[in-house]
Amino acid sequence: MGAPLVLDNVQSLPFIGPELTLGAGILLLLVWELVAHGARKRVGLLAIMFATLGAAGAQAAFALAHDAPAVSLFGGLLASDGFAHVFRVLFAFVTAVVALYAAPVRADDALPGKRSTGEMYLLLLTVALGLSFMAMSRHLLMIYLSIEIVSVISFVLAAFSIDDKKSSEGALKYVIYGGVASGIMLYGMSWLYGATQSLALPEIGARVAAMSAAQHGVPPVVFLATVCMLAGFGYKISAAPFHMWTPDVYEGAPTPVTAFLSVGPKAAGFAVLVRFFAEALRATGSLHASPWPLVAGVLAMLTMTVGNLSAIGQDNVKRMLAYSSIAHAGYMLLGFAVFSTTGTAAIVFYALTYCLMNLGAFLVVLALAEQNGGDESVGAFRGLGTRAPVLAACMAVFLFSLTGLPPFAGFVGKFYLFAALVRGGGNFTWLVATVGVLNSVVSLFYYARVLRSMYLTPAGASDAPVVVARRHTATAIALAVPTVALGVYWAPLYDLVARTVGMVP
Amino acid sequence: MSSPADVLTLWGHWPAVAAAAVGALVPRGEAKQTRIALAVFAALAAGLVGHLWPGVATGAAPTEWPGLLDLLVVLPIAGAVAVLFLPRQSPKVLRRFTLGVLLVDLVFSLQLLRVPMTRGWHFVSVHEWVPSLGIRWHVAVDGMSLWLVLLTTLITPIAAYASFGSIKTRVKELCFALLLLHGAMIGGFVALDLLVFYVFWELMLVPMYVMIGVWGGPDKIKAAIKFFLYTMTGSVLMLAAMIYMVVQYTKLTGAPSFDLLALQRVLLPREAQALCFWAFAIAFLVKVPMFPLHTWLPDAHVQAPTGGSVILAAIMLKLGTYGYLRFAMGLFPGASGLNTANLAGVAVLGGILYGALVAWKQSDIKRVIAYSSVAHLGFVMLGLFAVTPSSISGSILQMVNHGISTGALFLLVGVLYDRRHTREIAEYGGIAKVMPIYTALWVIVTLASIGVPGTNGFVGEFMVIMGTMVSPRLRAFAGIDATLAAFGVVLGAVYMLGLTQRVFFGPLSNPKNRHLNDVTPRETIALAPLVLLVFAIGLFPALFVDRMKDSVQGFYDHYQYVWGEGRVERANAELLPPSSDPALERGAPPGPGVAAAAGEP
Repeated sequence: MGAPLVLDNVQSLPFIGPELTLGAGILLLLVWELVAHGARKRVGLLAIMFATLGAAGAQAAFALAHDAPAVSLFGGLLASDGFAHVFRVLFAFVTAVVALYAAPVRADDALPGKRSTGEMYLLLLTVALGLSFMAMSRHLLMIYLSIEIVSVISFVLAAFSIDDKKSSEGALKYVIYGGVASGIMLYGMSWLYGATQSLALPEIGARVAAMSAAQHGVPPVVFLATVCMLAGFGYKISAAPFHMWTPDVYEGAPTPVTAFLSVGPKAAGFAVLVRFFAEALRATGSLHASPWPLVAGVLAMLTMTVGNLSAIGQDNVKRMLAYSSIAHAGYMLLGFAVFSTTGTAAIVFYALTYCLMNLGAFLVVLALAEQNGGDESVGAFRGLGTRAPVLAACMAVFLFSLTGLPPFAGFVGKFYLFAALVRGGGNFTWLVATVGVLNSVVSLFYYARVLRSMYLTPAGASDAPVVVARRHTATAIALAVPTVALGVYWAPLYDLVARTVGMVP
Repeated sequence: MSSPADVLTLWGHWPAVAAAAVGALVPRGEAKQTRIALAVFAALAAGLVGHLWPGVATGAAPTEWPGLLDLLVVLPIAGAVAVLFLPRQSPKVLRRFTLGVLLVDLVFSLQLLRVPMTRGWHFVSVHEWVPSLGIRWHVAVDGMSLWLVLLTTLITPIAAYASFGSIKTRVKELCFALLLLHGAMIGGFVALDLLVFYVFWELMLVPMYVMIGVWGGPDKIKAAIKFFLYTMTGSVLMLAAMIYMVVQYTKLTGAPSFDLLALQRVLLPREAQALCFWAFAIAFLVKVPMFPLHTWLPDAHVQAPTGGSVILAAIMLKLGTYGYLRFAMGLFPGASGLNTANLAGVAVLGGILYGALVAWKQSDIKRVIAYSSVAHLGFVMLGLFAVTPSSISGSILQMVNHGISTGALFLLVGVLYDRRHTREIAEYGGIAKVMPIYTALWVIVTLASIGVPGTNGFVGEFMVIMGTMVSPRLRAFAGIDATLAAFGVVLGAVYMLGLTQRVFFGPLSNPKNRHLNDVTPRETIALAPLVLLVFAIGLFPALFVDRMKDSVQGFYDHYQYVWGEGRVERANAELLPPSSDPALERGAPPGPGVAAAAGEP
């Protein structure tokens, strides 16, 4: 990674432009929410939201496009590099799409539980801010703080439909798990600090390397600290065995929130995970040098298998997608387990494709549930192929892509993950890769249940056409088209990703 | 068929004219459209044989049109996309459009015959796709894939035409599935880049899943999912092995490539090779399907609609056998050679003999034919496992034969099913009295399926058995395998003739069968090309084998070359030099050693 230039507080400010924009947007939104009324309020909310996200995303994209040199901000608290820029663009995109889902349709603009849209937008922007910081942190304190920003706001978002018992139950579980996980993570951090006398990742990296060299292996204290911290990271990416909260929260939370939680914090969790292991532990893919490939490989296999096997029995599509998102975290861990730049590039690329297809799948669930009074079961999809052909076709694209069938983006993403894994070499990676590919087959089984319901079983009680809000159909198409396009021609995007994570293809 | 100048000189085409006259005059009491269609088919069949006849082709060797294969693949897929935008309310337009696209594809595919299939690749078309990974759109045909491409372009229109007669619901989806499937299957046969092949291989699953699942029988959903899961399980392992091969190639040369011609040069160490071979082999053997991986096939066939069964049996299973030949054997001559004697035993015992015995005991006509496919594909696989030029040629011919005869059998079963909505053998008996033309067609196709001399089945099975007999690769088992396979032919006669006897002859006991109509013009038109080809291949097999023999020999030489000098036992991965024959390297990616080897003897 080299030693990037370290900037002081004032010099750093231009580099956190996107985050400053988000902060300004949050304040503006707060004021607007209080002063404006009626139709003007709705339009204003949307305008502020998209302008903020657009500006933030554009700044990061600009830095990305110009290959801005990597710098270390605020005396080493944050990193501004290609890796962070990609995630910042991703978060702005995800938040904008989710904001579109949650956009008020009717004049009274009330969401479930008489909460206003402005409130949700405010929370979403705050989470987006936290996510950006997560992707940039290179200091244990910043990691902890940004994870907590995201967690705390996510708790509120999960409990957004205040009258819904499931929502409250899910949120409570989320809080308890989140509290325990961050407690354990903090404990791990304290071990690490005690052992290395530093909170900055590069310095920890240097000390850990020195200690490992002296002891001919990773010192037990570092191992213990890392395992504790993995609890916190694993909780964010919902990796087994830290995934228990996922199904309940995803099922209970309002669908836009679920869609957001399944993509945003997960991607940010991976960003932190990758940066921590690369900078603080200097992990390599060699099984002899350190236990990390083994730990990550086992975690990946466990996560995939638990997620996929649990998804099979689910009847609620949102809950099924929750388990499937656990499985997808497992796939992304495959790329993580080799600790190479190829693996990192594969994770980032997968996160991009995953965000398209998963957001799309949740959108279809949302659009459908809006029409039939909140029914999210597989049965609700019966006959959708004839009742809403366009929406069903989009859903089919998303599901095939999630399965990892060509020619959809999900296949390409998975392909790079496996390629990175196989390139790592060794018998253990073969075992992990085999478990991974077999898991794809298992996932086909439950995705196919939805497909079957949509196309193969005749419509049940009602075969009347489903009238879906036009903006939902338009958004679904807008997500499905790149899902197919990236499955056919993905070279420029992957090259961009590979370049930004510092790999020369 | 022929160049425009030749068409003018009708005299040069007297066999076609005569055949057309016979086709138009012989049928009695048929509608005018049937007569015209039969005349056209007869003329085309005669023309085909005449065109292939050695010495008739005159003039300079015609140039290859490089975009032809691209067109063959892209046209149906573009057609499938276009179908999405056609109105659902007018099934007639949809049907005509679909048939039109398929027929245009058929006409273009006949252009492949204009070029003599010499050793090496023809109609090579290469476009960069993902340069950083060395993935290229690389399609080409040689003698081994030529007939399979033509089989595909012939069978799909027939299956579509037959389907349109019996399927009246959700025609739009049917048209979409048929066109997509067609494009993907052709793509599978012509792709020489492993990733492109994999894309087509998986792309086939979705339309077939839809065909079985939407228009199938009572247990269709289970059958559809079983089919999907079985095939996908095999293929994901293949993907992993593919990536491993590419990584090895990259390590050896420094540049990645997914090209078959490049990866063929990688010689993996023995154990890695065995693992990769099995990953590929299982993917293909599931699709073939070879015992004991065949259990999805009877369900899929019984539940699938007629058109689906025809495509599944006639073409999709061939992608399994073709894939095994081209990729599993082509990439891993060492590992496939070491396992070949055992696999041949499984093919004989589990495929030919067990498949035949199980077929014998079925009570459902379609199940009999489904298991007969297991037995017939046992022959095909045996020919591939024996690895002699004769047995491989026989196998490829047998792939085509099975496509024709089993495709026709499924069409015939569909005819009966459309009338009575049952396939129970016990429901029938003596229907030769009410459906004479149908019975005649059935008997012809049955004889072809059994392999009676004069029909196409005989030639393929004979070549496979002869090749097996002399196979050095099977060592002491060559004789036993050949003998048992010959015995399998007898068993084939037992169950097929038994079926024919129980359904068509004897007293007309079931009163429901008294008033069955004989074949309709639509059914005749669908069946006629297949019946004609039964005789065309059966009577003039050399014309068909000649076009593949150079390619088979080239494949066999490469196989022997890898086996020679103990190359299969190396401890480390190494790179073979490129083939010294430039025809075999056409379209290969530029890589180390290619330029250097050209100068070496």
